[in-house]
Formats: sequence, C-alpha cells, structure tokens
Amino acid sequence: MKFWKTFVGALLVASFLLISSAGPAQEQTAPAPETLKTELTVAAAADLSSALKEIAGNYEKKTGVTIKLSLGASGALTQQIQNGAPFDVFFSADMDYPRQLIAAGVADGASLYEYAIGELVMWVPANSLLDPEHKGMIVLLDPSVKKIAIANPQHAPYGRAAVAALKHAGLYDQVSDRLVLGENISQAAQFAESGNAQVGFVALAHVVAPEMQGKGKYWKIPADFYPALAQGVVTITLSPHQKEAAAFVEYIKTKETGKLLQKYGFTLPPI
Amino acid sequence: MAIDWQAFRLTLQLAAVVTVTLLILGLPLAYWIAFSGWRWKFLVEAVVALPIVLPPTILGFYVLVALGPHSPLGRWWISLTGHTLAFTFTGLVIGSILYSLPFAVQPFAASFAGVDRKLIAASATLGASPLRTFFRVIAPLSVSGLITGAALTFAHTMGEFGVVLMVGGNIPGVTRTVSIDIFDRVQASDYAGANQTALSLLALSFTLLAIVYGLNRKAWLLGKA
Repeated sequence: MKFWKTFVGALLVASFLLISSAGPAQEQTAPAPETLKTELTVAAAADLSSALKEIAGNYEKKTGVTIKLSLGASGALTQQIQNGAPFDVFFSADMDYPRQLIAAGVADGASLYEYAIGELVMWVPANSLLDPEHKGMIVLLDPSVKKIAIANPQHAPYGRAAVAALKHAGLYDQVSDRLVLGENISQAAQFAESGNAQVGFVALAHVVAPEMQGKGKYWKIPADFYPALAQGVVTITLSPHQKEAAAFVEYIKTKETGKLLQKYGFTLPPI
Repeated sequence: MAIDWQAFRLTLQLAAVVTVTLLILGLPLAYWIAFSGWRWKFLVEAVVALPIVLPPTILGFYVLVALGPHSPLGRWWISLTGHTLAFTFTGLVIGSILYSLPFAVQPFAASFAGVDRKLIAASATLGASPLRTFFRVIAPLSVSGLITGAALTFAHTMGEFGVVLMVGGNIPGVTRTVSIDIFDRVQASDYAGANQTALSLLALSFTLLAIVYGLNRKAWLLGKA
C-alpha cells in the first residue's frame, strides 16, 4: 500500500511539473487577431524541401499569405490530387505529372510553368573510402558497395533519372540487385545519409542544403546521362483560392525566386 | 499488371517465421508474466504492451539509425553478419517480432493466468516438474489462448506496413511485401493491380483466420468434453 501511495504521489508531481512547464507556451500561442490572411496549401516534390521553405517564408513576409507545404514523391502527390486532395498549387519534379493532371481536368493548363531543372548527383558519406568526385559512377562496382539507394522509379522522377543514368553508363544490369528504393528522393537520401546504403542517387538540391554541408561528397551526373528533369508548377482547379494561387505562381517567376532556386542547386530553364 | 506472387510468398514467409519465433520467445515470457510475484512486474508488462501504442515509424527510425552503421550496436551487427539490418529479411523479422510481441504474449499470459491454480498445485504435489506441469497441464488448458496469440501474430505481421516501408528498401523477393506492393501500385495509378492484389490478400487473410478460429472452436469443444 505504501508503495502505491508513493507511486501515485510521484505521478501527480510529475504531471504537475509537465503541466506547469507547458503553461507559458500555451499563452504564447494565444489566437492571433482575425485578419483576412489566406492560407495556401502547396504540394511539392521532395527535392524542393529546402528551397521552397525559404521561398514560402519570403512570400509570407511579403504578402501575409501563409504557405503550408506538403512534400512527397511527385507521382504520389499527383495521385492524391487526382483523388481530391485539397491542394492549391502543385510543384512537380517533372513536366509529365502536371500535364497528366491538366489532361484529367484537375489542374489549370494555363498556369503550367517550368520553374526549374533539377540535377541528379551520386552521393557518398564524407568518411566513405569511395571517390566519386574523381572516379564517377565506376565506384558502384567497388565490392564495399552493398546497397545503392535511388528513389522509386515507379512514381518519383528522380528515380527514373537514376535508372536512366545507370543504363546510360552501362552499369544497370550489374547493380540492379543492389538497388534499394526510397519512397521519394528524400528517403533515398536518408538511406545513404544513415549509412545503410553506401551510395545514394539524390537531388543536387538535397546535398547543397545547409543541413547537409560537410556530410558527404558527390559527383554530378552529366546532363546527357538522363532526360533533363524539367520541373513544372500548376494551380489546382478545385482550389477555392484561385487568385492567390496564381499570384504565388507569378512570384515563382520573379528573379528573386530564381536566384533562390539556383542557390539550392536548381538550374533555371532557358527563357 | 499481374499479381506479384513473389510478394505474397515473402509476406507469408515473414509471418510464419515471426509467429514461430514469437511462440518460442513468447511462451516463457508469458509464463513469467502470468505466474511471477515480482513487485515490478508491471513495468515489464508495460514494455511488452508498448508496440500497441507506439507508431511503427519509431521502430523503423531506430532500426535505420540506432542499428545502422553509425551506431556501435549497428557496427557490431555488421561485423557479425556482414550487412546492415535495414534492407534485409532478417531486419524485417526482427522489426516484426518487436512489433508483434504484445499480440502473442498478452493472449498467452491471459490464458495461463486463467488456468485453475489448484490443478497446477495438484500436478506439483504429484511430483511433476514445473516444465512437465507446463506441457501436461497449463499448455493443454490454454490451447485457445495459444491459438489466438499465434493467429494474431501471424495476421498482424501480414498486415505490417510502416516498419517495412521505412527500413525495407522495396527489394523484390527480399523486402517487398504485399502491403508495399499495394502501396506502390496505388502511387503509380495502377488501380486495377492494387485492387486485384488487395482482394487476394483479403481472401487469403479471411481464409487463414477462419481456419484458425474454426480450429480454436474445436479445441474449445474438446476441452469442454
């Protein structure tokens, strides 16, 4: 009995401490005064994770429109949009998925805009004995390479690019049984980053992100190894915020945003 | 697209290995939970129940990172086996054992605890060792709970998704289970294929569970007789 009294007492003290420490935080999130701020829900390919966060932050400061980001594989997001997901704008990692949505009448054809070209790199952790920077793709044949992470080519454009590059280099048949598939390009990067895969085919946008600095070395896959990853943005027809969505797409076309995209490893399409 | 029978074979194999392993590991653990008088036993029970509460992503995350090549434990595993836990069948088996632990141990322990203590005492008085008492008295009287635990473990492993998605790497024949195959087909707009696969899994799961519960009923009737 004595034990239970002590135990229950300890629980009470612990929960009181928890509640009291959570108190001030709750006050801080007191409801903001009702303004007419609009919120845009944006679906974006996983390679945009860093770049779009900064772009969205700038846009919010400028216009007061809040941007909520939903990141994933372009194919997966397309799937969700086709089935009525409440997105206002969709940034794909290719041009085909937006076109598919336009053909299905779910996205606005007039809004389609090629905002960037993504680049594919072959990445290894900094402490890896492999030397992709000088030797290129041939390092994949090194016996220490047990697993190679790529995005799932079934629904991620970067995965298709990786398969195309491997085939172009004539290495696909030799390494295909060592491929592991990430659900999207971020998961592929994470497989390599955590060391579970020795090499990863990831987006240049991912490896130049601030949190990845110094963690690895990479080799840019030459542009003629895979079909260019031209990336398109469209607005979604069902969105109740048509005007705001179109305005955000216009903002993507500005020089300011273009510079940011370049900073994050994207190439701008020729005008 | 046609049904990926390889994924079905793999899923059944995974569920079978996990069920057998959990029978071996779960029986002593459940026995201890049912009969131990240790004051802190409830802490062990809480740990066993954790996988019911925690999202599979936690388990996936730890298999990937805490048991990955950047951790001492992960390096030890690699030196032992030559590869990481992630992306292997063994990795899925270990993840599934942890994840299905309560589904085996809880029904086992509940049925052990339900056995009439007088019968156990009688068996001991007649000179039977605890092991003999377990196999001759406790286990036969707990058949129903044992079948339920095994069936739940099997079913739960068949339906596992989160852990496999996080640590599997989607390798055909090694880690691409039926649930992953269905997910991929939906993502790739292959609704017909997803539908066929899902219906096959549904039919298979129902048949297996019906057989198990049918057997369970028979065991129960025999027990009554």
